[in-house]
Amino acid sequence: MTGIGTAEVTLPSSTQILITREFDAPRHLVYRAWTTPELIKRWWGGDRGEVTSVEVDLRVGGGWRYAMTAHAGFEVAFHGQYLELVDGERIVSTEVFEPMPDHPAVSTLVLTGTGQRTTITLLVEHTSAADRDMHLRSGMEGGMQESLDHLEQVARSLT
Amino acid sequence: MVARAATTADAFNAVAEPRRRAILDLLARGELPVNDLAAGLGVGQPMVSKHLRVLRQVGLVEVRGDGRQRIYRLNSRSLKPIHDWVAAYEQSWTQRFDRLDTVLAELTDEENGDGR
Repeated sequence: MTGIGTAEVTLPSSTQILITREFDAPRHLVYRAWTTPELIKRWWGGDRGEVTSVEVDLRVGGGWRYAMTAHAGFEVAFHGQYLELVDGERIVSTEVFEPMPDHPAVSTLVLTGTGQRTTITLLVEHTSAADRDMHLRSGMEGGMQESLDHLEQVARSLT
Repeated sequence: MVARAATTADAFNAVAEPRRRAILDLLARGELPVNDLAAGLGVGQPMVSKHLRVLRQVGLVEVRGDGRQRIYRLNSRSLKPIHDWVAAYEQSWTQRFDRLDTVLAELTDEENGDGR
């Protein structure tokens, strides 16, 4: 049940982010966990907050929307449209961070592997380097917010 | 997420421009005078000088005099904030995937019918 490793993030070009990770599960289950609302709710928020709503219309042209309340109190929501779906192998979709609707990205999830091992690559492609950097920086700000929250909890426990 | 002001006053805005990224790529291989940079990019020297000025303002590039020439070099320490962004982004995906591992372990057990 322990993770096989950390997510590996690289920047193949000035507009792209590539995330790679290996899982100890067959491809069809990784695909199911990635596309089933009640399962997405359990992992997509990570340590950053509670996922409040997941809508998935799993067909080409169908839409998706994920929303969460971050522990820091603010709402975060993304939505997009499926462009390509190959069961157990590949999902291509648009991805919009809702406060910035004019800056859509295209993400391509590819699942490879046989038997009990699956490697995923998630390529996020922005239309400009500035959009890509803004996306990257959102992780930083979220992370800093979490750190501040933890600090606050520690501080409270000391009083 | 706060939108960034449209200035060139930080390293991220400075590297958002494709030519400036190209200059950094060239300097990553070693220090160069401005005319070599211009030749390497296939653009005029005034254009390169303009970009170098921005890169120097945010500390991404340093310059030293060598006789009559000015030699430019990359200050890789100033790229650290970008590495920090990537590290934080990587951490948030690592946390997601740790939870996904738990979900997958349950799905695998259900499928194998051993209900562990």
